Amino acid sequence: MIRLIDIQKSYDNGTKALKGVNMRIDDGEFVFLVGPSGSGKSTILKLITAEIAPSGGRLMVNGYNLNNITPRQVPHMRRTLGVVFQDFRLIEKKTVQENLEFAMQAVGASPREIRKRVAYVLDLVGLLPKSKQRPDQLSGGEQQRVAIARALVNNPQMIIADEPTGNLDPMRSLEIMMLLERINELGTTILVVTHERELVNRFSKRVVAIENGRIISDETGGYYNHETTL
Amino acid sequence: MRQRYNLGYLFSEGFHSIFTHGFMSFAAVCMIVCCLLIMGSFSLVAVNAAYNFSDLEKDNQFSAFIDETIPQEQARALQDEIEAVPNVARAEFVTKEQAQAEFEQDYVGNPLFEDLPSDVYRDRFHIYLEDISKLAETEAAVKQVEGVAHTNSAPEIAEGFGVIRNIASAVAIILVGILLLVSLFIISNTIKLAFFNRRDEIAIMKMCGATNSFVRWPFVIEGMILGLSGGIVAFFLQWGIYSLVSQAINGTDSIDLIKVVSFQPVAMLVLGSFLLIGLVIGVLGALLAIRKFLQV
Ligand SMILES: Nc1ncnc2c1ncn2[C@@H]1O[C@H](COP(=O)(O)OP(=O)(O)OP(=O)(O)O)[C@@H](O)[C@H]1O
Ligand SMILES: [Mg+2]
Repeated sequence: MIRLIDIQKSYDNGTKALKGVNMRIDDGEFVFLVGPSGSGKSTILKLITAEIAPSGGRLMVNGYNLNNITPRQVPHMRRTLGVVFQDFRLIEKKTVQENLEFAMQAVGASPREIRKRVAYVLDLVGLLPKSKQRPDQLSGGEQQRVAIARALVNNPQMIIADEPTGNLDPMRSLEIMMLLERINELGTTILVVTHERELVNRFSKRVVAIENGRIISDETGGYYNHETTL
Repeated sequence: MRQRYNLGYLFSEGFHSIFTHGFMSFAAVCMIVCCLLIMGSFSLVAVNAAYNFSDLEKDNQFSAFIDETIPQEQARALQDEIEAVPNVARAEFVTKEQAQAEFEQDYVGNPLFEDLPSDVYRDRFHIYLEDISKLAETEAAVKQVEGVAHTNSAPEIAEGFGVIRNIASAVAIILVGILLLVSLFIISNTIKLAFFNRRDEIAIMKMCGATNSFVRWPFVIEGMILGLSGGIVAFFLQWGIYSLVSQAINGTDSIDLIKVVSFQPVAMLVLGSFLLIGLVIGVLGALLAIRKFLQV
């Protein structure tokens, strides 16, 4: 579960990115976070992953209070999250399978656990036949599925994705969203940042809209049709 | 919750990284080797100096001079009393005439010594000691013997050697200190480069929830491997150089008086210290390099 209570964020250069954001995401939810460029979407995700600290307000992530989390606890908090980026961020010189193994080695998983879990997750994203290929031998959509598999491989409570379809054509984008929906049905909470109105409106999910550092609408089963968008 | 470590993973990462920036690793190992070789050579020279010097000391009996008012026959009779002093192995009586003859033989033609009046020579005993380290006590005890006017060991010669030794060690320590710092610097830069090469992977690891110590380990191991390799290479080079030099010295007649300690008895000590020093430099260098990179 994630709770943001009156969260403020000012960057060092004085930019006020968030001006009092309240948001609650319960376990098992699927949430779209939408809004125009520069509205503060990525800032919210970075706060959740403890990459940056809030300037004000209270922030809870999966049982960790990020207002007074110790540096030693941060890695353990991060293991409850799987993160996906627009630019995939795969290791180019490692194969698909090795990329997933690497993520599990990073948290000290045993070789046995790794073998079982990697095969399961690759099957889930439909990439078992391509497990021995390197990222540069895959299409963009396939690479993003590898990134999603990697986010999933350590069995997090929640996946957060920052514009996961930003580099993909509409058909691939839809596939990725359907994959995330499938993962959500298996029990993982999903928070997706996106610009793509068409795509959001194809799903009947909760949509949180942010503009200029403030939440302007939050409707479950709602549509993404705010005028100022784009 | 604790981070579990998979040693196979850590070591393969550490090794892999070394070969991805081979030149820097090579430079780092070379630097450690140089550092250890200089340190080792100085130490081995010091060991040999100490060995040869203690030989000198062993030969170096001291003399007890007998009061010139005592007749020679009476003086000779002091032998039993002197030999009764603890730690005296043997006392050898030398008459003043013998002493003068010996002296003149050694210094014929030296105008400085030609016309010394014969009364500067006294009857004397050459006294050989059982344990050279008790020289001072033994000398004091011999001085107490009735009829002994004064004694002369040659502590000032020992002091002279001591000064030279101290200067040499000071120079060696400073040189080695500088080289250690340079090695540390190069190792640290090698590891920084390794860290830089892998910054994307590290970002991914941290995003996945790797702990700082887990991220750190492969680099510490890399430093360790570099340090230990330096230690091993330096050991074999040191062995080779030492054997060549000692063969050269032993094969030259003119420097008969220097006895070279053989390498075998000190080999394990040299290997042990080289490995230890290599290890410490490697690990310290690595920690220095990644100290500030692990925030966030
Ligand atoms: N590191 C930073 N330092 C200073 N200002 C920043 C920093 N990161 C973001 N900002 C500013 O904070 C505001 C919110 O940025 P953020 O990245 O959260 O927007 P976004 O909603 O993700 O936009 P986009 O859709 O373009 O990715 C913007 O005005 C941006 O310029
Ligand atoms: Mg953004």
